[in-house]
Amino acid sequence: MDQIDKHIGRRAFIRNTGLAGGGLIIGFSWLNSCKPKNISTEQALEMPKEWFEINAYIKIGDNGVATIFCPNPEFGQGVMTAMPMIVAEELDISWKDVLVKQAPFNTELYERQFTGGSQGIRRSWEGLRMAGATAKQMLKQAAAEAWQVPVSGITVSDGVLSHEATGKTAGFGEMAAAASNMEVPENVETKAVKDFKIVSHSKKNVEGKQIVTGEPMFGLDYQYEGTLIAMVEHPPAFGLKLKSFDDSEVRNMPGIVDVFQINTYDDNFVRNFFDTNAFPDLVAIVGKTTWEVMNAKKKLKAEWEPITEKKLTFDRFGSISEVTVPSGLESTKKHDELMEKMASQPGEIARKDGDPESAFKNAAKVLERSYSCPFLAHNCMEPMNFFAHVTEEGIKLAGPSQAPSIIESTLASRLDVPAEKIEIEMTRMGGGFGRRAYGHYAIEAALISKQAKAPIKLVYSREDDMTFGIYRPSYQATYRAALDENNNLIAFHVKSGGVPESPLFANRFPAGAVDNYLAEQWVINSNITIGAFRAPRSNFTAGVEQAFLDEVAEAAGKDPIDFRLELLKRVKENPVGEENDYDPDRIAGVLKLVKEKSNWAQTPPGVHRGVSAYFCHNSYAAHVVDVVMDGDQPRVEKVTCAIDCGIVINPDAASLMAEGAIVDGIGNAMYGNMSFTDGKPDHSNFDTYKMIRQNEAPKEIEVHFVQNEIDPTGLGEPPFPPVFGALANALYKATGRRFTKQPFSTDKPPLVG
Amino acid sequence: MCLNFVSLFPSNSDIFMPSITIMAKLNLKINGEVKEVDVDPSTPVLWVLRDHLNLVGTKYGCGIAQCGACTVHLDGTATRSCMLTVSMVGNSEITTIEGLSENGDHPVQKAWLDVDVPQCGYCQAGQIMTAAALLDKNPNPSDEEIEMAMNGNICRCGTYLRIKKAVKIASENS
Ligand code: FES
Ligand code: FES
Repeated sequence: MDQIDKHIGRRAFIRNTGLAGGGLIIGFSWLNSCKPKNISTEQALEMPKEWFEINAYIKIGDNGVATIFCPNPEFGQGVMTAMPMIVAEELDISWKDVLVKQAPFNTELYERQFTGGSQGIRRSWEGLRMAGATAKQMLKQAAAEAWQVPVSGITVSDGVLSHEATGKTAGFGEMAAAASNMEVPENVETKAVKDFKIVSHSKKNVEGKQIVTGEPMFGLDYQYEGTLIAMVEHPPAFGLKLKSFDDSEVRNMPGIVDVFQINTYDDNFVRNFFDTNAFPDLVAIVGKTTWEVMNAKKKLKAEWEPITEKKLTFDRFGSISEVTVPSGLESTKKHDELMEKMASQPGEIARKDGDPESAFKNAAKVLERSYSCPFLAHNCMEPMNFFAHVTEEGIKLAGPSQAPSIIESTLASRLDVPAEKIEIEMTRMGGGFGRRAYGHYAIEAALISKQAKAPIKLVYSREDDMTFGIYRPSYQATYRAALDENNNLIAFHVKSGGVPESPLFANRFPAGAVDNYLAEQWVINSNITIGAFRAPRSNFTAGVEQAFLDEVAEAAGKDPIDFRLELLKRVKENPVGEENDYDPDRIAGVLKLVKEKSNWAQTPPGVHRGVSAYFCHNSYAAHVVDVVMDGDQPRVEKVTCAIDCGIVINPDAASLMAEGAIVDGIGNAMYGNMSFTDGKPDHSNFDTYKMIRQNEAPKEIEVHFVQNEIDPTGLGEPPFPPVFGALANALYKATGRRFTKQPFSTDKPPLVG
Repeated sequence: MCLNFVSLFPSNSDIFMPSITIMAKLNLKINGEVKEVDVDPSTPVLWVLRDHLNLVGTKYGCGIAQCGACTVHLDGTATRSCMLTVSMVGNSEITTIEGLSENGDHPVQKAWLDVDVPQCGYCQAGQIMTAAALLDKNPNPSDEEIEMAMNGNICRCGTYLRIKKAVKIASENS
């Protein structure tokens, strides 16, 4: 058994006596405000008469039913199910007796209520286990006292406490009241992996029933009496700002209540990490219904003027940095020219091993290939929105956010109110993909509510959402490889950059596998705002690096999987450098598993296959993509995927996550594209921004997990980036052409003649 | 089906009514009940459902009939409620996700739970409504027919394979 010291996540286990009266919970406003739901099984559980709070994660009812609170916000990654599963496992309760609820946002009670970076499960694993294990210990303690027996003799299974020697048994419900008054134990034991009964055993989405019946769950569905609808008008192009507006036509339109300007933050405001925002000056239109406000917005006349170059200060979790925002109206054509120019010049050296210059000079063969990708819009299906009610007494917010703590901190400083006066309710998010870490829309909602003196729900139209920025950056990379006369890889060179961020990971594979290695980077400043997009930087780097390695393997006359395995063996036995940030065994592990499961040695006739493997966000993923030709059109028939993310909490949901990442990867590799003309986004809705659809998804996806007992790591991001590479490699086999410019659907050979 | 760049659903539609600002009392048949609403007749059914009738299961995704999030049944046919104005409804019956079944036990809903289709869940009401209308008209659709019918519904989370699987299960069970 593992001993876990109690300091992990300690705050969560110290009972919040302010909330519980003698262990009995009364008057939780966030509980009373919603009717009992979130039922994890098809049948409704019988509700207990009394609930007893054991800690911030667990309440147990007098009938033995437990409510487990999921601390992190849910955006489709499955934490609402997975996190409570971990708690329930250590609590040793039967899953059918568990209700799941979203925890309130409360930095006193919970740590890291943040969704992003694929870190939810990894960072909470021990804390969640402790929440369950300490609660179980308190129940055992309560039983020991009731039965006057030593606690060591008490065993627990499926929510039943037993003492073998005396034959006494009791359900959790009978001991809950006493347990809730127990001292929180200092040290407790957690289960051995082999004894898991809930973790690693697939459980259905606890909110599945609500989703398929259309219950209100999302921010856009949020209801509050007297709520008005607000929309904002932002500049039509990056590099512009609001000069003036004329609302004369708008004010008298039906349902319109108010029109005014808001300033989300001025240029001197010290911004938090996720306070990226190209358009702080906005016109807000407030009215009674969404349709009326949408119509009024079309009639608003605004004048815009160019921005001047400015410097903004960001406080990135304590480290202060200055960011220069250039003026001007940027275009994709210009970006591409600039990127080409930067790529032809020396970059800033991020890592250098050996003597790459000489190695390239003396090589028997040198390969070189350049790659690029456009900006991407996140396009969460639920457009950005937030509810706000700002009064003298305090601020109530509700909506979809990956990072409520940032909203709280920014709003506290923007409105100069103490954080305690800000209450944020986390609603289920209709997708996030990084976009909802950037909470400007919640700040906007609060400012509008304050000025309108009313509860409001800020709603972005699809067009507002797609043209507000925070995009995946546009990147470029040039790779070179040198082979000796025996086809050994003797030198490797990557130079990459982007607008306005470099995608380089200097210490990732194949760094460490090549004696002579050079990694360089560059950036081009821009006023188009960018942000985290499912596996930031990796979502480009993985694809192009894995496509290039494919080409190198081919030039070396080697099988692409064997070629990678040879290099990984080299890293394991005799690594170059000390900074390599991946485990070569685990990359090799997923490659071997995908090789076996895809039956790599026997490619079916008519099938063209590409492979890739990548490490990011602490997890490892490899894919084999099978492409077939339908006339002259390639089609993805099947994807076989192997993942090593340690212990898999909820295997079927984990597969679903990987399936989604694969479909998303194919979609963005093939079609994803946000371009600009004179600062204006060229696409603002799904009529021209092409998203992958049902008939373009692979026919089959197989997901396999490496079985081990390593502490779990994340899954939202890791299976996504390598898809781009495996697809490019399969397309090469199918068409004989290397696809280097994303999106691949428009990467056509130049027309001849 | 191929990795085709051409969108199947062009946005230029001529079904928009000119903007009229007179309010009108209309009786709508929704989920088996008659509801009286007092709205501008050019208001799309989507917003009548969401803002006036408190039926928020029908989702807004694009507003231009491109994503399928707003799909309802109009006399049993899957229809994009974001471009269907209330004035066009007349006597037709509207069914929303809330009215698809009494207890969330329509074969399509059951299959959805069986397969555990949703990720974020936002697109799923629209997916389910499209699937239910398809099976109503064509109880045993082929793979290609499922793809054709479901192609208007975007799922940003990429749950397409499970959607197809669930449609097949629902078809077997209904
Ligand atoms: S909201 Fe109607 S199709 Fe997208
Ligand atoms: S489940 Fe998220 S958009 Fe479909």
